[in-house]
Amino acid sequence: MADWEVVIGLEIHAQLATKSKIFSGSATAYGAAPNSQANLVDLAYPGVLPVLNAAAVRMAVKFGLAIGARIARRSIFARKNYFYPDLPKGYQISQYEHPVVGKGSLSVMLDDGMLKTIGVTRAHLEEDAGKSLHEGLANASGIDLNRAGTPLLEIVSEPDMRSAKEAVAYMKKIHTLVRYLEICDGNMQEGSFRCDANVSVRPRGAEKFGTRAEVKNLNSFRFVEKAIQHEVARQIELIESGGTVVQETRLYDSDKNETRSMRSKEEANDYRYFPDPDLLPVEIDEEFIDAVRATLPELPDEKAARFARDFGLSAYDSGVLCASRDLGAYFEAVVRALGATHASQTHAKLAANWVMGELSSALNRDNLDIAASRVSPAALGGLLARVEDATISGKIAKDVFDTMWSEGKAADAIIEAQGLKQITDSGAIEGVIDAVIAANPKQLADYRGGKDKLFGFFVGQVMKATGGKANPAQLNELLKAKLAGGEEPV
Amino acid sequence: MLHNLSIGELADRLAAKQISSVELTRHFLGRIERLNPRLNALITLTAEQALDSAAAADRRLAAGERGRLLGIPLIHKDIFCTDGVRTSCGSRMLDNFIAPYDATIVTRLKSAGAVMLGKANMDEFAMGSSNETSYYGPVKNPWDTTKVPGGSSGGSAAALAARLAPFSTGTDTGGSIRQPAALTGVTGVKPTYGRVSRYGMIAFASSLDQAGVFARTAADAATVLQIMAGFDPKDSTSVDTPVPDYPALLDAPLKGLRIGLLREFFDGLETRNAALIHEALRVYTSLGADTAEVSLPHLPLSVPTYYVVAPAECSSNLSRFDGVRFGYRCPAPADLSDLYKRSRGEGFGAEVKRRIMTGTYVLSAGYFDAYYLKAQKVRRLITDDFRAAFQKVDMLVGPTTPTPAFAIGAKIDDPVTMYLNDIYTIGANLAGLPGLSVPCGFVDGLPMGLQLIGPHFSEARLLGAAHQFQRATTWHGHTPGGYE
Repeated sequence: MADWEVVIGLEIHAQLATKSKIFSGSATAYGAAPNSQANLVDLAYPGVLPVLNAAAVRMAVKFGLAIGARIARRSIFARKNYFYPDLPKGYQISQYEHPVVGKGSLSVMLDDGMLKTIGVTRAHLEEDAGKSLHEGLANASGIDLNRAGTPLLEIVSEPDMRSAKEAVAYMKKIHTLVRYLEICDGNMQEGSFRCDANVSVRPRGAEKFGTRAEVKNLNSFRFVEKAIQHEVARQIELIESGGTVVQETRLYDSDKNETRSMRSKEEANDYRYFPDPDLLPVEIDEEFIDAVRATLPELPDEKAARFARDFGLSAYDSGVLCASRDLGAYFEAVVRALGATHASQTHAKLAANWVMGELSSALNRDNLDIAASRVSPAALGGLLARVEDATISGKIAKDVFDTMWSEGKAADAIIEAQGLKQITDSGAIEGVIDAVIAANPKQLADYRGGKDKLFGFFVGQVMKATGGKANPAQLNELLKAKLAGGEEPV
Repeated sequence: MLHNLSIGELADRLAAKQISSVELTRHFLGRIERLNPRLNALITLTAEQALDSAAAADRRLAAGERGRLLGIPLIHKDIFCTDGVRTSCGSRMLDNFIAPYDATIVTRLKSAGAVMLGKANMDEFAMGSSNETSYYGPVKNPWDTTKVPGGSSGGSAAALAARLAPFSTGTDTGGSIRQPAALTGVTGVKPTYGRVSRYGMIAFASSLDQAGVFARTAADAATVLQIMAGFDPKDSTSVDTPVPDYPALLDAPLKGLRIGLLREFFDGLETRNAALIHEALRVYTSLGADTAEVSLPHLPLSVPTYYVVAPAECSSNLSRFDGVRFGYRCPAPADLSDLYKRSRGEGFGAEVKRRIMTGTYVLSAGYFDAYYLKAQKVRRLITDDFRAAFQKVDMLVGPTTPTPAFAIGAKIDDPVTMYLNDIYTIGANLAGLPGLSVPCGFVDGLPMGLQLIGPHFSEARLLGAAHQFQRATTWHGHTPGGYE
């Protein structure tokens, strides 16, 4: 392994979140009854013609601007010709020689915290094909053309990645970006975001790339990682045992965790690309680009930098919070809710810890998206305000949070109803400490005899007696004094 | 007789309630029933639907509505999708295809109140110059039923010549309106590429296809084109530019009009044909036009260029006919590959297969540059030649075809000879220019056509020039024997 360098390039297919298809007025919603969202254009009836959906072009340009790419002032749709039942026209309309988005790049953070720039060769618009259905049909195949004509942005990377982990980091970065831009819902189960990986290996230090294999249709981050790892191992083993890698398309089987050959280069179709005469070249002017630029949101990298700068968060925490636009917005809303009464970076850190900790676990547990959180940012802010003003301890806060999550009540109401308000009155705490010390003379003697560990025992007893509500800091201070005390308990 | 009246005259009579649209429709349906068996000009007759449409037109007329085509019958080339009516494109592949929608031009003519009598025979998928490639058999020329009517819109042209309808629609990819118009002695107009919507017109070669009209006079054609033309958001290649009032512009004076004689059109032209063109030029000179000779050096390359571009596009356009969703499906396919091979092998005729194979070849890896790209370059040169010529002249004039109608069967086994029949018409398609053909005399008792080609969107000027030529001549008034 050490003698080999891995070279990976990804082709990511992001389904654009347009309401209608790229060349017809049919809806693009997922999960409709088969062929209920396929009109005459999608069915490729004789005489019908494609009309380009401007929304798809705007989305592609938005992506291009977000990765600093050159936007082609003139791009061309071509026909990729091949026969397949789920391809009704017998050709796919795709951009071939003249894509709408040219060279760009983005940076990804690697495990060691270093940033690496990955080049994007191009991104082009194309239409998706339909689906063949084989289940429940004896001796026949069904065809569902609902997906036919759904707009895709194919994002082609440079062969810049050197490990499966880098490939996943890049894919996650693109995934974050397209959702930030609101051009793709990123739903990988539904196939809205998927990729093909071009994988090759070469002796470390070699200039020439090895022969690559394309691993098709990877629709989860885990599969991308596993498929690439498997493919790399396969190629190395093959070469080391005297074989040669052939250029081919391979399919990843997630059940068996292996890739297997689909077709070799020789068997590949001759797609006979040529410009689609039914569509005019797409002419894009400065005005159009400026209008799209004006719709760009704050991008993940910009937002993370701002979080680190303004809130004093670590690069890692900022990155996590900016992984989705909604999560970042949630975090900021919590900070705002707190910010009304507090004005330091400490509450931002508190908010960050809670959003990444309790909130994220609760969301994961219930398999909810941040947008569907059972606790609103304002409500969480209300809870954290009670932690900051020492009304409740952090530990009690977790219980309150669980109740908020399950019952949907405000923190203050729960604290009030359950009498969780922290005891901060020194006299009250002292009274309890005195009672506890008086009830445990043996332990007191042992402690004073040098068994320091018994301090925790006394804390526990006091907490038990107060139902956990004693202010921990005060308790510590008072208890320490009393135990050390010289002064005998009354 | 009603069938000898112009569209304008018929409209006047309908407006004056001297006839009803139902009567007019019955008249033409009767003629079709009686005369079409000799000609095979129609694939489908829609008599019942026609009478319903005519009755509807009569109600609109009775309500005081007036329109240039309200209540006027027509025949559509069977390449245009017509809702609920078989749209065969002259092919076995679509023999069972009932279109579920109307082509844009069908909708436009329907809204104007025109009454569809039926669907005209044509070369299969519009690939042919003689109407002999039709699955429904050849169309015969009313001037001599042993002769072809030209193609691919041979049925539309023959029906017009035989007075089976006041007008008909056609499509022109390499001459498919102008050439049959010439060979049957009618007026045929191919508009600028993008002037008329292609939506619902079954594609042959998308960058060349253009819908147009057959009429007995340029004035009638102007009336029809007025309705057909215009931007269609469903066709990305249709052009959003206003449609002039063609009928109103027919009499714009020709004085000072600069007419160019294409030197390349006269090279080797048969003497009697050339004489007719020169006679037509004298007519124009007498109307005040000036003539000059111009040359389009790359024009002789138009046939080979066309026979790369058109097959390339058709090989892709016809891929959708795969036996899966509509059209012909072979019986009991063994598997997917068998379904494709036999459905297409049995559904398409020889000429269509020849062009699909040619097109597949020229687009293939290793041949693409040598054929397809080279052809695109030559196409650009030809377009540039036309552009340069139109700096010097306002319109180009020449013959529509090298010869009059040839015998059925004479060229069908010799594709190259057949293709050369379109030598004068293809240039306008490659350059996207409007062109028309008007009758200009007879050779051996068969009609010949004069072709006018103008710059983009010069239809009004071309129609005006054709109209004034027809005011000065009588060739367009001749009717083949037996159809008077």
